[in-house]
Amino acid sequence: MKETQTMQNQVKTAETTERISGSEAVIKCLLAEGVDILYGYPGGAIMPVYDELYKYQDKIHHVLTRHEQGATHSAQGYARISGKVGVCMATSGPGATNLITGIADAQIDSTPMVCITGQVGSHLLGSDAFQETDIVGISTPVTKWNCQVTKASQIPEAFAKAFYIARSGRPGPVLIDITKDAQFEEFDFKYEKCKGIRSYKPVPDTDENSLKAAAELINNAKKPLVVWGQGVILGKAEEEFKAVIEKAGIPSAWTILGASAIPTSHPLNVGMVGMHGNYAPNVLTNDCDVLIAIGMRFDDRVTGNLETYAKQAKIIHFDIDPAEIDKNVKTDVAVLGDSKASLKSLLPLLNENSHNDWHQKFKDLYKIEYEKVIKDDLHPTKEGLTMAEVLKEINIQTKGDAAIVSDVGQHQMTACRYAEFNKTKSNITSGGLGTMGFALPAAIGAKMAAPDREVVMIAGDGGYQMTIQELGTIFQQKVPVKIVVLNNEFLGMVRQWQQLFFDKRYASTEMVNPDFVAIAKGYSIEAQKVTERKDLKAAVKEMIDCEGPYFLEVRVEKEGNVFPMIPTGASVSDIRLE
Amino acid sequence: MSTENKQYTVSIYTENNIGLLNRISAIFQRRHMNIESLNTSPSEIDGVSRFTIVVNITESQMKKIQGQIEKQVEVIKAYYHTEEEIIYQESCIFKMRSNLLFDERQIQNIIKESNARIVTVNRDFFVIEKSGRKEEIDLLHRELTVFGIMQFTRSGRIAVTKDEMKISTMLKALQH
Repeated sequence: MKETQTMQNQVKTAETTERISGSEAVIKCLLAEGVDILYGYPGGAIMPVYDELYKYQDKIHHVLTRHEQGATHSAQGYARISGKVGVCMATSGPGATNLITGIADAQIDSTPMVCITGQVGSHLLGSDAFQETDIVGISTPVTKWNCQVTKASQIPEAFAKAFYIARSGRPGPVLIDITKDAQFEEFDFKYEKCKGIRSYKPVPDTDENSLKAAAELINNAKKPLVVWGQGVILGKAEEEFKAVIEKAGIPSAWTILGASAIPTSHPLNVGMVGMHGNYAPNVLTNDCDVLIAIGMRFDDRVTGNLETYAKQAKIIHFDIDPAEIDKNVKTDVAVLGDSKASLKSLLPLLNENSHNDWHQKFKDLYKIEYEKVIKDDLHPTKEGLTMAEVLKEINIQTKGDAAIVSDVGQHQMTACRYAEFNKTKSNITSGGLGTMGFALPAAIGAKMAAPDREVVMIAGDGGYQMTIQELGTIFQQKVPVKIVVLNNEFLGMVRQWQQLFFDKRYASTEMVNPDFVAIAKGYSIEAQKVTERKDLKAAVKEMIDCEGPYFLEVRVEKEGNVFPMIPTGASVSDIRLE
Repeated sequence: MSTENKQYTVSIYTENNIGLLNRISAIFQRRHMNIESLNTSPSEIDGVSRFTIVVNITESQMKKIQGQIEKQVEVIKAYYHTEEEIIYQESCIFKMRSNLLFDERQIQNIIKESNARIVTVNRDFFVIEKSGRKEEIDLLHRELTVFGIMQFTRSGRIAVTKDEMKISTMLKALQH
């Protein structure tokens, strides 16, 4: 890093310097960036920083997770519910490599996260030293930015850039690798927050003409459809978004990460798009005349077969990331920029509209979905408990105010389909990477970032066991998260595919599970198991009323399927209801 | 947009930082694209590096790659050009046995006609250097192969555009 660049990049915030070690500088940098919690796991190459943490424990709360992957997901959960940068820390070698899944998850889901790793002494770099691994090389494809620090004097600039890059523009994970000698070395510390980097333009300029073109298409549309994604939430544009769709009267559907940006009950909210999304928005994607994509990236799980995706429609794409434009779907009008600013500027250009006939189509298709899918999901007449009725009970008892942290699989699709959200940033799940094991540690981070909110984690019996060790973190930190495991004794989503597409050859999807209640109780977490419908309500009540953490296992029907479903390679409008 | 593969020369202006080569090459690798040649060097701007990468891909792929490259924090700007839009050179070196110079008169003619240059001659070997377009180097290589080449190496492409690059003005604006 060059001194000249330092001068350009940073604005002075501290006039005086003080002589401290690199590791103390790490703590001071974190404090300067407003970090109050970090998640991590100590080890040889990061010990000097932990030693400083010991001295600063009244100012900064370090949460010892039970695995470094847990630390990343906790940092993600913290970031997703708060909008702040999540921070995690690990030692070199295996500590660092254990972060990779969480980093990749944060990268694809645009989650702001700063990861700090210890590294062997700089004289040992490249010598295959104990616990040495090239974490900068390994993490390069899954970080927004990363760097290695070998001198204490590089620490302030590295941290200033890291936090700036992680939170600005399209957010993402960054990694700073610090050699052990740099942690010990003393230098004159001075922290200056990063205000800009000349090679990096976080928010592209919005072209007035593109906004006018978008407004014209929307004003002339007879059957407009909005599909929004997490960009609305990341841009803190919920109010501007609501104002736009309300003024133009546009039915609006969400991607999995866009959920909760407006309340589930909002009359213009027509549900989820994608593979297990709602029937109406999927089918009508291929009927609308203008498709307005806002802060979403046309993931393959959203679009199905691109050859038959919304071919009849003009496409408007609002995004902060120019690389997303035309990446998967060719757009007619691209509006670059920050969602909040773009939507605010769009609003006065729009005509008031209601599109009543068009809305009726969504209502008609909803009725079909209700009859064929939703009714049996929510009000089953068969004996076995459904995942959806558990969600319904949670909705009722939390009044839709809970943040739902879901794992990956059938229960995730069910949670996203049926959870009712009143508040933004309430649907925390691994969308892009589909990381099983995400939910339990993410729920820890979410609850710690928002202690006043009810945080309900929902996982399947498979994903739960991928990071079940984080019960230890919940126990030690006394984090009052509510843990719901929907146990069907299967890796349900894979089993569903095996049933539908592999002639019911259930290869390695059946799970023989331990006594989950006993395990939870082993960590002094109150726990119970429900196997019958009649006990569900009381059990959920007991869970919600519990002051501390609580574990609830619900035995659901073993071979339940999630519908609707767009089979791989099919068109969105060929979505199956059964 | 054409779905045929075309040869593109990508020019990338970047900060001079460790690890950026990895980051840029990973963009191609991840999409299973082969890099035909790659060169990094200083650029016309002090402290700014320039990557010159040659790839054979479709224009639609090229545009997406450009977006992914520009998305990298330390990349200032990326451009791509077809062969008609650039002036380029590649360079190569041949090491050959010295006796050939005297035994095979033809070699001297080849060197002369191809505008190659003898860099050094000693008792055992001599070294020929040639800069030029890809076809010229290919031709020289074919012609010399018959005499036996001891060593051969060829550089990545370096290129300048016929049209002005807006990068300097862009950077000046950033610096003030």
